[in-house]
Amino acid sequence: MKVGIVTFPGSLDDKDAARAVRAGGSEAVALWHDDSDLHGVDAVILPGGFSYGDYLRCGAISRFAPVMGSIIEKANDGMPVLGICNGFQILCESHLLPGALTQNQGLHFLCTPQKIKIENTSTPWTHDFAQGDEIVIPLKNGEGSFQCDDETLAALESEGRIIARYVGVNPNGSRNMIAGISNARGNVVGLMPHPEHAIDPLTGPSAEGLPFFTSILHSMVGK
Amino acid sequence: MALDTVEIAAKTPDHEQPFAALGLKPDEYQRIREILGRRPSSSELAMYSVMWSEHCSYKSSKVHLKQFGEKAPHSDALLVGIGENAGVVDVGQGYAVTFKIESHNHPSFVEPYQGAATGVGGIVRDILTMGARPIAVMDPLRFGPADAPDTRRVLPGIVAGIGGYGNCLGLPNIGGEIVFDETYAGNPLVNALCVGVMRHDQIKLAKASGAGNLVVLFGAQTGGDGIGGVSVLASETFGSSGPAKRPSVQVGDPFTEKVLIECSLEIFAEDLVIGIQDLGGAGLSCATSELASGGSGGMRVELDAVPLRDPSLSPEEILMSESQERMCAIVEPSKIARFLEICKKWDVTVSVIGEVTDGDRLIITWHGETIVDVPPRTVAHEGPVYNRPLAKPEYVDRVNSQILDLPMPEDAQGVKAAVLKLISSPNMADKSWVTSQYDKYVQGNTIQSQPEDSGMVRIDETTHLGVAISTDANAPWSYLNPYEGAKLALAEAARNIATAGATPLAVTNCLNFGSPEDPGVMWQFAETVRGLADGCLEMGLPVTGGNVSFYNQTGAVAILPTPVIGVLGVIQDVRARTPMSFTEAGLDLYLIGETRNDLAGSEWAYMHNQRGGQSPVADLQREMRLIELLLEGQSIFVAAHDLSQGGLAVSLAEMVLHHNVGATISISDPIGIALLSETPGRVVVAISPNDAESLTLMASKHEIPLSRLGVTGGTALQINHVSIALDELRTAYTQTIPKLFG
Amino acid sequence: MAKIVVEVMLKPEILDPQGKAVAAALPRLGFTFATSVRQGKRFEIEVDGDPTPAQLAEVARAAETLLANPVIETFVVKVEK
Repeated sequence: MKVGIVTFPGSLDDKDAARAVRAGGSEAVALWHDDSDLHGVDAVILPGGFSYGDYLRCGAISRFAPVMGSIIEKANDGMPVLGICNGFQILCESHLLPGALTQNQGLHFLCTPQKIKIENTSTPWTHDFAQGDEIVIPLKNGEGSFQCDDETLAALESEGRIIARYVGVNPNGSRNMIAGISNARGNVVGLMPHPEHAIDPLTGPSAEGLPFFTSILHSMVGK
Repeated sequence: MALDTVEIAAKTPDHEQPFAALGLKPDEYQRIREILGRRPSSSELAMYSVMWSEHCSYKSSKVHLKQFGEKAPHSDALLVGIGENAGVVDVGQGYAVTFKIESHNHPSFVEPYQGAATGVGGIVRDILTMGARPIAVMDPLRFGPADAPDTRRVLPGIVAGIGGYGNCLGLPNIGGEIVFDETYAGNPLVNALCVGVMRHDQIKLAKASGAGNLVVLFGAQTGGDGIGGVSVLASETFGSSGPAKRPSVQVGDPFTEKVLIECSLEIFAEDLVIGIQDLGGAGLSCATSELASGGSGGMRVELDAVPLRDPSLSPEEILMSESQERMCAIVEPSKIARFLEICKKWDVTVSVIGEVTDGDRLIITWHGETIVDVPPRTVAHEGPVYNRPLAKPEYVDRVNSQILDLPMPEDAQGVKAAVLKLISSPNMADKSWVTSQYDKYVQGNTIQSQPEDSGMVRIDETTHLGVAISTDANAPWSYLNPYEGAKLALAEAARNIATAGATPLAVTNCLNFGSPEDPGVMWQFAETVRGLADGCLEMGLPVTGGNVSFYNQTGAVAILPTPVIGVLGVIQDVRARTPMSFTEAGLDLYLIGETRNDLAGSEWAYMHNQRGGQSPVADLQREMRLIELLLEGQSIFVAAHDLSQGGLAVSLAEMVLHHNVGATISISDPIGIALLSETPGRVVVAISPNDAESLTLMASKHEIPLSRLGVTGGTALQINHVSIALDELRTAYTQTIPKLFG
Repeated sequence: MAKIVVEVMLKPEILDPQGKAVAAALPRLGFTFATSVRQGKRFEIEVDGDPTPAQLAEVARAAETLLANPVIETFVVKVEK
């Protein structure tokens, strides 16, 4: 099982995502933003960071990278894609996911262990969770407020495409406490908090983020 | 007016030059003329003026700082000592760790966000330039009173700048301090530390050697950042061309630096550079003169080859520019093609601007004319050395003889009130409002970060090797006794490393003082350096480098002497580290170390506006025995927390609030001293009751007094008959800072 | 020389915390004229000669694709002397 992790100029959590992929039992393959070849990976992660310094808008420039063309194509074919934080922003900018991430309501960058509730376990990235699982993983961003129009929100809710919601106080003003969503098909998932930083209580608030990375292996078994 | 070349300078010895406006004294200007055998060209004048400034030449501090070399303890771990961009220590398993702390005080007062941001950028480049991957940052910050309007002006911007730059670089912020004190009103202190790691054979130094090797400038383009003062020359030689304003503030771009880091590390990995220097204060003047001076001595640079963001810059301005995110490397001709390829991959601007030469002159040309022809050593390393007059200020004996008259809690109500008053004071209160603006998880190796006693990062994921760093200062003690104050800060930083289970290895320092032209301040400085040097020798911890920041004063009032000491240590297995607090009930709590009446300079005394008395006297032999005990005790400690500002009261409150597990404590009278005194050399530890005997034996073996405090558990902090509910304690602890700055 | 200007604003229904912060800061400094403040972006684009209708159409397409995010932003293209 090969999971590609894209490095854009300014990506930061790419190596951390690779570590999490390996901890989850798959092989991590480094993908370069300028290379449209996906090197036979079975799934792709767009990691966190400040690609292109968040110039213009977060993810606005990364979405046009050569590698994204191939990823969009494969995603439309059903390849699992996970966008974490900046990765989520890139997925929205490239319209693989609806809505947009805007500045935190509190105006500050916020880094904090955040409780979220998993509400959709049918995606390849959430397969190993139980419906309603509450986990604590780091949230760390300045532009994490998920916004979309009413129509999109209604669709996300009725189709069960909100895969994770914040629990407790809304940390950034996201509509309906949305921490993560999927596309209609369920193969593309965007998540604002960072599961790759919660794979070992030694270095994170818990190991409760690990199932994101074991899920991709287990959900693909037999395919 | 035409370009002022070396040739013209030789022919026009009587041409008046604005050396005073550039900060040079008449005798210094005279010396330059003697060195060159003629008047300097305006470019040369600009170079000397900046490189001989206090900030770059350390002219007032050199005579004192050399004690760090003279009194350096022998250390097997020291790989690179004072003199390079940063010190390097061997941490075992083939790893070398480099770390350093620097100040960016005045720029942060002028433009808080950019001042703090570029401070982070600068120290990170210093670490990168040693050949290391930067792995963490820490920021000790000091402000005027928390409720002062100017603090409200600078603090949020400074915190946002540190976060904005550091987070974008992908560096976890693992520690630091926030201190409020009237003394810093108008003079906030922004000290920035960075630590990096590399293999032994990857260490890079700043020397240009090998005639024919290329001088390569890479990173950001050069603009007019930070050249404010030098424009007096530009107006002289260029009249009024170009943008009217020359900014004196430097503006940073962390994305450019992130890309520069990745590009540089790839270049280092392929062994493509012989020497490297980052461009910080004094920009190209500094980089070229230092590289040349550190190497075989000769260099030739064509300033036309410098990539410019602003084509209207004069050569003087290009030389002085402090545009951020630039590095200068010495590259063999056979390796330049690959070097350029890597820069292209990362889209990093790069240009070959010169070459190393035989001989011992630094020659810089512009449009084919020679505008600089100097012996580089005289610019970079042989600047003026002042032996400033020093005199013990009259205040010292006066305040030392003051008797403190402080209200002491006696009854239950008094104790509770004192604990709540302390824990809710801006200095002691929870700083999450600040620290949550920093990423502490990126790179996935952070083991400990604020509010732990030290920051700790893992450097090997297989062997679990790690390093720990702590920065500490105690200005109130340094004010009372600068010699002891320095030793005490050193001991505290080393102790903070040891409570987590790491062995202290080396020291960096950021010495923040008033004006060196004030003999009293100079005395404080001299005593501080003497104390730190003596302390480092006694503790066997070499100073690997650091920074001096003078002129932190408003009018004639200097800040309290504030030497910030950073200690780095190594831990063999980060999984075995001891955290500051406990998660279970039923553990025994012990106080290691003896408590005496040390209220002078304490937080309690400060809160009652009494700054007099006598500071504690450092007993470094005892501190070293304590460190031995702490390291040996790792096997039985469940938790260990250092006592410092706020004494036992604050340390206990911090421990119970950390995981919301209370404690029941018994303390004998006088309870006020027990709770509020700040006697150094004390640690609170939590152990399983089964290990009580082992602890007693260890304490006795290391000759450190030990007393049992009580047990963990419950929903309150109970001290004798006083019960403070954790909820009430938490409210007092967490409300203060958000109310002030949120 | 004329330039093409693109002004990008958040859609009215999107929360603008920056604008709100500015609106809150103004009265603290003694400025009481504002009932609301919203913050946007301004792009100044230089072309050779005077901008043509074809160029303006291209700029509008560039604005829709890159300069603005139509999910949350609206834009206006104009020419300024």
